[in-house]
Amino acid sequence: MCSLCGILGGNEHWADAVARPGVFTRNHERVDRRRERARRVSAANTILSAFALQLSDWQGASFLLSSRTGKTEVVEDLGHLWPAAEAMIGRGCDPLDEAIIQRMERQRHG
Amino acid sequence: MADARDIPDFTPVNLLTGFLGSGKTTLLSRLLKDPALNDAAVLINEFGEAGLDHHLVEQLDTDMVLLQSGCLCCTVRGELAEAIRDLHARRERGEIPPFRRIVVESTGLADPFPVLSTIKADPVLRHHFRPGNVVTTVDAVNGLRQLDTYVESNRQAAIADRIVITKRDLCADDALDALTARLASLNPDAPVFDATDADLDLAGLVLDEAVPRVALLQSPSGFYCDAPLQLIDADGGGHSADFRSIVISVDQPVDWTAFGLWMTMLLNRHGDRVIRVKGILNIDGEERPVAIHGVQHLVHTPVHMQAWPDEDRRSRIVFIVDGLDGNLLKRSFEAFAMVPRMSAVA
Repeated sequence: MCSLCGILGGNEHWADAVARPGVFTRNHERVDRRRERARRVSAANTILSAFALQLSDWQGASFLLSSRTGKTEVVEDLGHLWPAAEAMIGRGCDPLDEAIIQRMERQRHG
Repeated sequence: MADARDIPDFTPVNLLTGFLGSGKTTLLSRLLKDPALNDAAVLINEFGEAGLDHHLVEQLDTDMVLLQSGCLCCTVRGELAEAIRDLHARRERGEIPPFRRIVVESTGLADPFPVLSTIKADPVLRHHFRPGNVVTTVDAVNGLRQLDTYVESNRQAAIADRIVITKRDLCADDALDALTARLASLNPDAPVFDATDADLDLAGLVLDEAVPRVALLQSPSGFYCDAPLQLIDADGGGHSADFRSIVISVDQPVDWTAFGLWMTMLLNRHGDRVIRVKGILNIDGEERPVAIHGVQHLVHTPVHMQAWPDEDRRSRIVFIVDGLDGNLLKRSFEAFAMVPRMSAVA
């Protein structure tokens, strides 16, 4: 269940589309799914570190979002990650913010 | 009407929109009589407006009629989602002909986005329907003034997959040029058609397939164009909203995982101002391109294309935004979605 909206099952998020003809997804085999989840956790943490937050996999089904002060929340999919992150830190996570862009540019080139 | 066995897994739902008096209903009555829509169910506001009397075959109930072309025509009372659920249930029970497409006429002053989000958000509809083309009518005589005055008019043009210019015969050539230039800067990827063209391919408006360029009044740009338009500062002030299109084009492959994170982050914060996003991505590790398509907070299921449309292997994304800084958007995309190895930092 989604901890934010309380809906069981929730919506199919575009980044986790069910594998079917013509659709691009990394949701084919179990191994693809696990590999993509690991990548996602790692890529998300690169961004989340700017907000002192961390994401981890939770039983291959959901994610756990945690702050350094120990606040923790279950996140169902990417659609819920950012609202949960913003609620946890009490401000917006804006990819168009100059400071965060500079931080990501430094990481990319460094 | 199609055979019941031909019902697609996901029935496309087309949206016909356009400002008040822009010729939407005139176009709709043409569509209703066309054999191209013989397998469609059309949801309209009022029967009276569409002038269906001569084409009526059978009144199925107070809200639904069957037309000579084979097309089902229904008026919407109350919620759109409820009307589509009802059509779906009746099709399942075999009470009505097995339509293979739905066309929804939106009201002239409405923001068309809620219609699209209805299909994705409804727990029943999202398993049986998918968003189809959005067709927007723009009046050649009043279109420019409406774009200057009404935000809704900009939104309708911005989310269009096909734009139909109406009343061209009533308009001077230079005024038409100004209108097509404005539409091209607002939505560079939508093919523009002329409603007064006797050979107008009505079926082509609703079908998802790519449009042959010869049929167009104006060449499509965006990711099909030879040289992407740089439109960040193309249009000055004086508009009701700061609508503009931004084309991002990159040589390096895109990291799909990072792109998903960036896109969701962007739409979470700025979804109301990202009117439209459409792109073809060269994904790291993939031979074939991936097409993405979104309207405001709603991103459609990514499509794994069969092949690249031409030799160009660059990723190209067209954003239509309301007041976002194009340079920041580009830098942000490059910094987030093209990070080569993010895992090293985590």
